[in-house]
Amino acid sequence: MTDFNYTLWIFLIPFLVFILLGLAGHRLKARISGLLGTAALGVVTVLSYITAYFYYFRTAGINDVFRKITVFDSTWLHFTDTLEIKMGILLDPISVMMLIVISTVSLMVHIYSLGYMKGEKGFERYYSFLSLFAFSMMGLVVATNIFQMYIFWELVGISSYLLIGFYYQKPEAVRASKKAFIVTRFADLGFLIGILLLSFNTRTFDFSVLTDPQGTAIAHSSGISFLGLSVTTWSMILVYLGGVGKSAMFPFHIWLPDAMEGPTPVSALIHAATMVVAGVYLVARMFPVYFFAAPAALEIVAWIGAFSSLFAAIIACTQTDIKRVLAYSTISQIGYMMLALGVSGYGGHDGLGFMASMFHLFTHAMFKALLFLCAGAIIHAVHSNFMIDMGGLRKYLPLTHLTFLIACLAISGIPPFSGFFSKDEILAAAFHHNKVLFFIEYAVAGITAFYMFRLYFTVFRGEDRHYHTVPHEAPPTMTIPLIILATAAAFSGFIPFSKLVTSDGKAFQTHIEWGIAIPSVLIATTGIGTAYVMYVRNPSLPGRIISIFKHSYKLALNKFYIDEMYLFITKKIIFRYISEPVAWFDRHIVDGTMNALAIVTQVVSFRIREFQSGQLQKYAFFFISGTILLALTLIYLLH
Amino acid sequence: MNILSLFVLIPLLTIAGIVMVKDIRHVKVVSGIGTGIQLIMSAILTFLYIQARQSGDTSEMLFVKDLVWFRSLNIHFAVGVDGVSVAMIALTSIVVFSGVFASWEMDYLTREFFISLILLATGVFGFFISLDLFTMFLFYELAVIPMYLLIGIWGSGPKEYSAMKLTLMLMGASALLLVGILGIYFNSAPEGGNLSFNIIEISRTTIPMKAQYIFFPLTFIGFGVLGALFPFHTWSPDGHSSAPTAVSMLHAGVLMKLGGYGAFRVAIFLMPEAARELSWIFIILTTISVVYGAFGAIVQKDLKYINAYSSVSHCGLVLFAILMMNHTAMNGAVIQMISHGLMTALFFALIGMIYGRTHTRMINEMGGLMKVIPFLSVCYVIAGLASLGLPGLSGFVAEMTIFVGAFQHPDTFQRVATIIAVSSIVITAVYILRVIAILLLGPSEKNSYELFSDARWYERLSTVTLIVFIAFIGLLPFLLTSMTGASLQPFMNKILGMNIF
Repeated sequence: MTDFNYTLWIFLIPFLVFILLGLAGHRLKARISGLLGTAALGVVTVLSYITAYFYYFRTAGINDVFRKITVFDSTWLHFTDTLEIKMGILLDPISVMMLIVISTVSLMVHIYSLGYMKGEKGFERYYSFLSLFAFSMMGLVVATNIFQMYIFWELVGISSYLLIGFYYQKPEAVRASKKAFIVTRFADLGFLIGILLLSFNTRTFDFSVLTDPQGTAIAHSSGISFLGLSVTTWSMILVYLGGVGKSAMFPFHIWLPDAMEGPTPVSALIHAATMVVAGVYLVARMFPVYFFAAPAALEIVAWIGAFSSLFAAIIACTQTDIKRVLAYSTISQIGYMMLALGVSGYGGHDGLGFMASMFHLFTHAMFKALLFLCAGAIIHAVHSNFMIDMGGLRKYLPLTHLTFLIACLAISGIPPFSGFFSKDEILAAAFHHNKVLFFIEYAVAGITAFYMFRLYFTVFRGEDRHYHTVPHEAPPTMTIPLIILATAAAFSGFIPFSKLVTSDGKAFQTHIEWGIAIPSVLIATTGIGTAYVMYVRNPSLPGRIISIFKHSYKLALNKFYIDEMYLFITKKIIFRYISEPVAWFDRHIVDGTMNALAIVTQVVSFRIREFQSGQLQKYAFFFISGTILLALTLIYLLH
Repeated sequence: MNILSLFVLIPLLTIAGIVMVKDIRHVKVVSGIGTGIQLIMSAILTFLYIQARQSGDTSEMLFVKDLVWFRSLNIHFAVGVDGVSVAMIALTSIVVFSGVFASWEMDYLTREFFISLILLATGVFGFFISLDLFTMFLFYELAVIPMYLLIGIWGSGPKEYSAMKLTLMLMGASALLLVGILGIYFNSAPEGGNLSFNIIEISRTTIPMKAQYIFFPLTFIGFGVLGALFPFHTWSPDGHSSAPTAVSMLHAGVLMKLGGYGAFRVAIFLMPEAARELSWIFIILTTISVVYGAFGAIVQKDLKYINAYSSVSHCGLVLFAILMMNHTAMNGAVIQMISHGLMTALFFALIGMIYGRTHTRMINEMGGLMKVIPFLSVCYVIAGLASLGLPGLSGFVAEMTIFVGAFQHPDTFQRVATIIAVSSIVITAVYILRVIAILLLGPSEKNSYELFSDARWYERLSTVTLIVFIAFIGLLPFLLTSMTGASLQPFMNKILGMNIF
């Protein structure tokens, strides 16, 4: 089992299921296609765990260094002698970890959807899209070269588009899916240009060459500079732009909250746990290049991460749609991961930020998927997305309540839940790098605890609302995934990440820095306490606070009007001031010239036709005047 | 019998068959069978070609046949193919086959319609197999004339105007072309000897620089008009919107490729020195085409206009890539020709089918078609995704090969132009998704839609044929690129070994 050839099936199985359900799904019974998809993913999950077991504990740990294993790598598209797109599988600590994350969350979502999506029209379509997503995401993480990553990057984008727009008769869903695709496409343009620039400089797409700290690619990276930064720095910034788009970092975050129009399990899988962290994964994958050859780009990664985490956390405090709160919270937490990468060094304990980022990616995947699936169970029970329609659900949904609470504690960083450990490592890494970033993240930790418990208290405590039917707990297909994920959210903090997933593959020692951890727990507790006071003890307080900070509240509620800015750019500038003039110009100037030429030809030909009128006197007139003219010219010339 | 001559002969026999059958209903069947045979022939040709190459035949052109046709001017009926022309022939067969089934419901002057359609195809096949400039030109003209009739008689909207415009612009282009070809002919033997129209023979000599400067722009623009080069592209939106379905398919799918193919086989191959010196002008024009076409497509409301502008953008990319004059980009141009041919044919077929049901092509008068005609709608989505360059479909392979190839160019000018051209992928996504959202998704617009039937068997055959090839290239691109790539070597040798003045 150590040749890892079977890993090929990890992404072939979902692909085959996608093709099968896509072509023949409508002929199968809905339930059969659901079970087929789930069973296939079960196999994938088992294979992923086997891979992880053999990678981490059997093969790779020789001399305490995790090797990069290329299982296979074959040419898919040949460009030049040095540049070609290959399709292959690369196993290293981060890709194997991602296999675990993707397969686990994916399987949970597959099972959960059997209950949640029951009776929906297009059930088989839903499962075929989920399989397409699983295939693309797996292909993305195991990519052996940056172009393979780009290919699957686009494919996860389209899976996301298809799944957000699953309810295709709902105009909001259609709009949201379109927005998500176009915003990320715009960001991917940067990614693509970045790849072109990088490959022009380094003559390779291959990660094994690109990210080798002693390799030629990094060594030759400095050189030509443009606007004060080296070309490599520029290309890495552009590549990062792709990550900014996919991971919904500021200023490309606008698609993620809207993407909540998709079915809730999809939000859990794609827009919380897996696809949106692809940007983080991208930076982690290219980390040596960032660290050695483009430190300025890495600084940008850190600051965008920090800003997004703060910005999104503030907005999350004001949102009233349960899924949107979670969406902003996702942006905020991904910001943490970006920041951690941005402040990280390379190798040994210096790579603390790198490890912390991956650690947080892992724990976040578990608790955020759990939060979304809980939200699904809540929405399933009360038939609304809005917090105003929820309250006192604790007694109706005991299991959901318990798992939701665990997830809230985990994300708030309360020990011993998983988020505490990973967040602590991030804070420690930030502390050693830049104090400003560190304090921003301290503040975000408090805000996070506040808005999560605001959500928790309004939904589960407080008074009952007018429910049309008595809310009831979801069926076991939905609650079992909740329990499994809750277990992961509670205990995954004890996984020794510093022994498994590090920047250079070597294990190092970490310990909890209590000097940082204790204040952070206190801040989180303060956040929770504030939420408790505001939403349980004194429910009139939020209204009064809002009336004091009316303007800033409105600003945050309207998400700082970023969407409006984008609308202005697209609707006004691109449509009104570029496309319409282009269309007009084309019809009236370019085509007008062609038509004018035709008209001129026609007019001239009519004129010429008049010469041939058949009237003798006209011919005689032309003849004589011609002769005279000729004679005069000759006389003039001869003299 | 030379296999290539069959490609001209079979359509002619099909036409004879169409003329002979008594029952009008059998006309379609005969056309279907004729084009089906053609499709099988292309498969055989491809197979034979690959086999010959694998058995070590390294001559530039295969299946060569040369008959003297007009001795005093040294005009031959010379045919032969390399990997590029084999690919183009296969494309043509696929599109024609699909086009016949897409026009299965044609009931006005059916016999005449199919005769013209297949005559048009004959011209195209002849063009791709010709090695003699004069014969090539002749076949080209043979394709343009039926086009005029097809649009003028079976078209819709201002069909006479559009047919006239299209034909006149293409005729204008062929005037330039004729001058260009004659110019090449008279300079084909700079060191004395027989003048020649044969492309291979001419390519072995170097046309004097002075002549190249005059005749390169003429031939390039002449073919460029056909390939919708800005600002000579305006026949395309009008022509397409008036043309009947199969003609749009053939026109955008294949005839526009004559432009790209000719520009590369004649203009650049025979006059590389001038091409290199003057390419900057055309790079600017094609870059404009690429971005401008895409922006133009965003605000259109007529489905055919959207597609016509999109074709301007995509075909602009073909010419753009050819002008980069390196192996990868040129290979990308060939793949883009095939890919665009297939997907634009698919688009026009679907537009025709949708029009047949809703009787409008205005997107704002339709909506929610996904629910009522799911099969056609899904096909439309696939065509759209291919067009916006989704990996796994042909568009991605073609675009990426072009972009990577063009970006390898040592000059900054070309690389900057590439970056501008690359940005079209975003604009493409905007107009494609806009159409999908308005046309297919959302609540279904009218109650009358409930009466629509989804695709019939001939419609399914037509669309599925195209989709299969789009996906085939998208998933296994190396099969195609290795065939076309190897055939570009003579071009590269000539370009690399060219005299630098």
